[in-house]
Amino acid sequence: MTLKLPIYMDNHATTPVDPRVLEAMLPYFTQVFGNAASRSHSFGWTAEKAVEAARDQVGALIGASGKEIVWTSGATESDNLAIKGAAEFQKDRGNHIITAQTEHKAVLDTCKRLEKEGFEVTYLPVGKDGRVSAESVRAAMTDKTTVVSIMLANNEIGTVNPINEIGAVVKEKGAVFHVDAVQGAGKVPFDVNAARVDLASLSAHKMYGPKGVGALYVRRKPRVRITAQIDGGGHERGMRSGTLNVPAIVGFGKAAEIGRTEMASEAARLLALRERLRQGIQSQVEHTFVNGSMEHRLPGNINISFAYVEGEAMLMALKDVAVSSGSACTSASLEPSYVLRAIGVDEELAHTSIRFGLGRFNTEEEVDYVTALVVGKVKKLRELSPLYEMAQQGIDLKSIVWAAH
Amino acid sequence: MAYSEKVIEHYENPRNVGSFDKDDPSVGTGLVGAPACGDVMKLQLKISDLGIIEDAKFKTFGCGSAIASSSLATEWVKGMSIDQAMAIKNTQIVEELNLPPVKIHCSVLAEDAIKSAIADYKAKRQKTT
Repeated sequence: MTLKLPIYMDNHATTPVDPRVLEAMLPYFTQVFGNAASRSHSFGWTAEKAVEAARDQVGALIGASGKEIVWTSGATESDNLAIKGAAEFQKDRGNHIITAQTEHKAVLDTCKRLEKEGFEVTYLPVGKDGRVSAESVRAAMTDKTTVVSIMLANNEIGTVNPINEIGAVVKEKGAVFHVDAVQGAGKVPFDVNAARVDLASLSAHKMYGPKGVGALYVRRKPRVRITAQIDGGGHERGMRSGTLNVPAIVGFGKAAEIGRTEMASEAARLLALRERLRQGIQSQVEHTFVNGSMEHRLPGNINISFAYVEGEAMLMALKDVAVSSGSACTSASLEPSYVLRAIGVDEELAHTSIRFGLGRFNTEEEVDYVTALVVGKVKKLRELSPLYEMAQQGIDLKSIVWAAH
Repeated sequence: MAYSEKVIEHYENPRNVGSFDKDDPSVGTGLVGAPACGDVMKLQLKISDLGIIEDAKFKTFGCGSAIASSSLATEWVKGMSIDQAMAIKNTQIVEELNLPPVKIHCSVLAEDAIKSAIADYKAKRQKTT
């Protein structure tokens, strides 16, 4: 097989739709096109039946019942609905929310909005390994804590949190436990009962399903109540109004089913590819640092800082490979990744980080190509780097007084 | 972000990469930026007794636009007098490379690097004479 360029290794951003998923979706555009809320004819009934089957498929992925799945437009909406919905519903009981500094912006910005509305939010620090400890959650909880939101796996450094331990702590105090499971679901085992989760956000396009559809798991026993954020026809048991995107939901269901049945074999394959990539790079390039825990990590993720080489220049050098960087230059803010800063990575090393996200369709051949390319380009860019030259001359870069700009 | 063709061309074929001996009295060295900000430029000028820039070299830690800005600066200053080089404005670099607003600081850094290298050269001359 010949190598096809460009190579996609940014599977935390999004994933391609699995052909099996697409095949399942196609009839629902042109043949079974009914509105799942139409109760008066067979078009509506068949659409509804397909939606219910998908509910069971998505529920099964996380150990839940299909009845506990609420469809949304995606994970950002799910995070908003979960946190705002639960916080608002319980505001007579308390106004304190706990989350972590490394959460996705959909969670952090939702919490910031609630702060403006009078809620108090604790943003827990994480360890150098990138994980939130159950102890830190316990220490932050007060009688006023109503919602705790902690992600299953991080989107930048792929670290997996001890969700089961955190869930036990949250339940001791009786707060609502929300988990942003977007990056971890379908990749690592996650069971809403084992982790005692009340609300969990999911996204189809991170697991080889279509974009534009997500889900919020809402526990039924004991029942978890949330305030709806979108009002209308009372769809999804009143929690999320709006006509359902039936073809996308069918695709999400199929994607979740494949994720569940193939998780173990795929994880093993991705782990082997990931290690081939990591070892290939680290055995040939000096001064590289893996960001975040190696032990508790998504199998397809590796995030590496290449000292003395700026991340965006690396992205430019790897122009036939889609990866991403925590470098400030890739964002409008000019600030390097807040996740890397939260795990204590120096700003200069944060600027040199590259995230590789391996997925279902990556091959060993692609990994070998990328390894060789990275090794060559780092060498070239270090020849260009004044910092590398100074380090080679034995100059301690930290001893220099730099003019910040 | 899409880069202009000129940025890509300089990035892929950077001109005048390298270093001069910074202790050479005819060499002025400018080191500007900070690693924590994601940009560091080292620009060196070899200047004749008549005040003409005979050669220039650079090394840059930074994004493609920063590398292209410094590469372009070395190309421009060669053959210039000190006064001509001091007159180079970052806006000329922005224009030549079609830098977007978010990359304007790269051109500012290149202008600073030229000025800093000349200041270093002048300081050295004062010491020796």
